[in-house]
Amino acid sequence: MSDRSVPLFWRKSKQMYNLIGSECITCGTRYFPGRRICPQCRKEGQMHEFKFSGKGQVVTYSVVRDAPEGYELEVPYIVAIVQLEEGPRLTTPITYCDLDEIFIGMPVEACFRKLREAGDHGIIIYGYKFRPIKGAKPN
Amino acid sequence: MNQEVAVIGIGMTKIGEHWETDLRDLMIEAGDLALMDANVDGEDIDAIFIGNMSAGLFIGQEHLGALAADYDALTPKPSTRIEAADASGGAAIRMGYLAIKSGEFDIVLVNGVEKMSDLPVEEVISAIGTSSDQSWERNFGATFASLWAMIARLHMHEYGTTREQMAQVIVKNHKNAVQNPLAQFRFPVTIEGVLRTGMLADPLTNLDGAAWADGAAAVVLCRADYAKKFTDTPVLISGSGQASDTIAIHDRRDITTMDAVIKASKIAYDQAKITPEDVDVAELHDSFSIAEIMAIEDLDFVPKGQGGPSVEDGLTKIGGKIPCNTSGGLKARGHPLGATGVAQVFEVVQQLRGEANGRQVDGATIGLTQSLGGTGGTAVVHIFKRR
Repeated sequence: MSDRSVPLFWRKSKQMYNLIGSECITCGTRYFPGRRICPQCRKEGQMHEFKFSGKGQVVTYSVVRDAPEGYELEVPYIVAIVQLEEGPRLTTPITYCDLDEIFIGMPVEACFRKLREAGDHGIIIYGYKFRPIKGAKPN
Repeated sequence: MNQEVAVIGIGMTKIGEHWETDLRDLMIEAGDLALMDANVDGEDIDAIFIGNMSAGLFIGQEHLGALAADYDALTPKPSTRIEAADASGGAAIRMGYLAIKSGEFDIVLVNGVEKMSDLPVEEVISAIGTSSDQSWERNFGATFASLWAMIARLHMHEYGTTREQMAQVIVKNHKNAVQNPLAQFRFPVTIEGVLRTGMLADPLTNLDGAAWADGAAAVVLCRADYAKKFTDTPVLISGSGQASDTIAIHDRRDITTMDAVIKASKIAYDQAKITPEDVDVAELHDSFSIAEIMAIEDLDFVPKGQGGPSVEDGLTKIGGKIPCNTSGGLKARGHPLGATGVAQVFEVVQQLRGEANGRQVDGATIGLTQSLGGTGGTAVVHIFKRR
């Protein structure tokens, strides 16, 4: 993975740091990350920025044991697809969670974390991870 | 113009670790074998299409079109590389097919190739992962295996698919590969063996996924009305469909359904004027065990959710109703990414010609190939018929 470019990540800071995506005014569908074109409305769609609450639940998950470059020190770690309460799903690491603690339907929330370091001399990449909401009951 | 298109020649290298052979030699060997099998001269070839996923990452070489024309000794024939992740081979077949169907060319060479063993393993994992969404899947820690693992977990959750059913796919494909002299892994495995090996990405183990491999496969496609000039056993491409889906699995309509496979196969079935029950033999994209279970559902061989039990009941084994991956599939024949879609056609043509020896499906007249890019963002389905 080419991690050598600072702008590659910096230009996505709105999305990666603050969970800002888009909403189509025409049909009300929300997208994360934001899209220029609404797949529902296409030409009739009209997008504006939308900030997500960061709350959602686990749709499915895995435990990564065979790390790609940059993630060697993290294994084993949980990666999950989370459905945000406003609609869209995203892929995210799950933190503050034991490997045998996670389950489908687990309520989770976003937190701001270091994702990884791009090699010994590379940049440090920050973004969202999700963690269990303690005490919350699954829907 | 609306020409029918036939396969008149096939060639393939052994799939596996080719420490002493580089990409261009693999590619040329397969192409040469296909031209000899088709009994055509280089002069007869109008164009070349190369299926390749990532030679740039694997060996630092792009521009495979020119490389192939050059070392095939076919300059100045036009030659282009087609990329659609690990559906590159299937997409290249389709581009060759469309080029003849359009009336522009009479005979084309389609050659799929990948050389993966020249990179350290972490870089191979990263290169394979480039078919998923770099910014919104991989950047957040998802490996290619973990994406399939999340699909598998949800399929188990929604349909009750079991680990044993998934392992049964691997057992079947390894058994078939024993009978395939060009396969990568020609030894049987057991359900216990698949389940007991180390975890790759829970719930998938190291034996659930295809390994990396080097290899190349090639076919010669020809206007069907010219085919008899070259061969007594032309195999007609009676249907060809391609479709796309979201690149990230989290954006799919349904994470456990491959809509692109449904769409591409519907186009191909309609064109061939057949139903799924008519298929005698199929080569499917089992990059992971769960992918073959979903493929037989989404190709409508079985109802949604019945993929696991159907494999367990022997539907897809040789001697079953629809034998799948008689070659050993991606898992055991081997999965040199860009070569795979062409290697699938190699197997189906051998089956329809009755040349598959110990793995022959008796009386096979209609065959199907399903080639998938990444986790299902691209699907290419072809249907073949013995003349």
